Amino acid sequence: MSRKDPSGGLLVSPIKNGTVIDHITAGEALNVLRILGITGSTRECLSIATNVESKRMGKKDIVKIENRELRTEEVDRIALLAPQARINIIRDYKVVEKKGVEIPEILRGVVRCPNPGCITNTNEPVASTFEVLDKGLHCLYCDWLIKDDIANLII
Amino acid sequence: MYHIISIRDFERSDLDYLLDRAQEFDTGNYRPGMLDDKLVALLFFEPSTRTRMSFATAMARLGGRTIGVDSVEASSIVKGETLADTIRVISSYVDAIVLRHPKEGAARLASEFSTVPVINAGDGAGQHPSQTLLDLYTIRQSMPVDGIDVGLLGDLRYGRTAHSLALALSLYGVTLHTIAPGGLEMPANITLELRERGMEVVEHPNVEEAIRELDVLYVTRSQRERFPDSASYYNVASSYRITTDLLDGVKDRLMILHPLPRAGEIDPAVDCTPYARYFEQARNGVPVRMALLHEVMR
Repeated sequence: MSRKDPSGGLLVSPIKNGTVIDHITAGEALNVLRILGITGSTRECLSIATNVESKRMGKKDIVKIENRELRTEEVDRIALLAPQARINIIRDYKVVEKKGVEIPEILRGVVRCPNPGCITNTNEPVASTFEVLDKGLHCLYCDWLIKDDIANLII
Repeated sequence: MYHIISIRDFERSDLDYLLDRAQEFDTGNYRPGMLDDKLVALLFFEPSTRTRMSFATAMARLGGRTIGVDSVEASSIVKGETLADTIRVISSYVDAIVLRHPKEGAARLASEFSTVPVINAGDGAGQHPSQTLLDLYTIRQSMPVDGIDVGLLGDLRYGRTAHSLALALSLYGVTLHTIAPGGLEMPANITLELRERGMEVVEHPNVEEAIRELDVLYVTRSQRERFPDSASYYNVASSYRITTDLLDGVKDRLMILHPLPRAGEIDPAVDCTPYARYFEQARNGVPVRMALLHEVMR
């Protein structure tokens, strides 16, 4: 996966088809993979770089996923962990689409409500629904406010 | 369709309108039998005396009828039926549903599956909007709500009536005084929300410090199940008990409210003082619920 850089460093090689997620908040690459459902047992060919130097961010993580183009709802999940991430869709070594991530106003079925008494944590046929506020995520069913540890609540 | 789910859904003008309507019902300014062709389902999946009976009374006073479920054991919930399915079916039988349920957000869910209006009669530790309206109504009978000092005493962590009332009072420029035992303080996110709504919230270590400033003292029940053992429950309960001794030097117009049932928080000797207004408050449940039932079905 890697080759020698002329300056002496290591570079991750380009991919032919798939997705490159750049500018991930440093240290969040593995959480990004987890919320994409990519585990050690999946077949995707992956390249992961963590704590890479970045002019804009100081440090950043990068993930390359071969032969998989991310869907919008997957991008929504990433936005919660890495709001500055850039998604590049690659076809035949060329970037055919480049987009930022944006946290939607309403998150449906993305985050589990941490309130054990919330109706969305039962067998009812409803998805958890949160409105995204500056101070956190507000459950529209039980009014619970999530302020931190969002990574562990992503479904 | 008009559902009544959470105080957060109301603006001040909505609350004032409903309180004005309740006053009309209270003074007999209505046509008996105005809901005589209507049928309401009272679905109570948790115990309730006052709320259930006052909704039933309100419906009867308006000439309508009620059917109902009194407990989870008596319903198809024990067979594994979801609330969503229960609501879908029952909403095809009736003109409105009044729901009490142990899970927070149950009424919101019900409103999504119901083909008729849903009134939330308490969902777990969540919202209880009809209680809040009757609390406001009781205050308004004695004084304008604007700018008064209201104390909330007791279990402010789990007490849904306290949360709903505080949110409503934030629309009236009220100063809120909170007095709660350690561990049962108002949740930080609710205090933050109240302050963001422009409300002044003052925390007090004990009731003695606050009571002389108050126009309204709203006492909530200490729930024994929230304490690790009986001794700590009695310890806390006795330290937050309202007695006649505490009432020396309070404002003349102080009113003491309690959503009832009480469990020792207010000494029965206080019942004979002019400050005790909790039985009147419970009585006000009927005109307020008449206004709500009429509003959602008219």
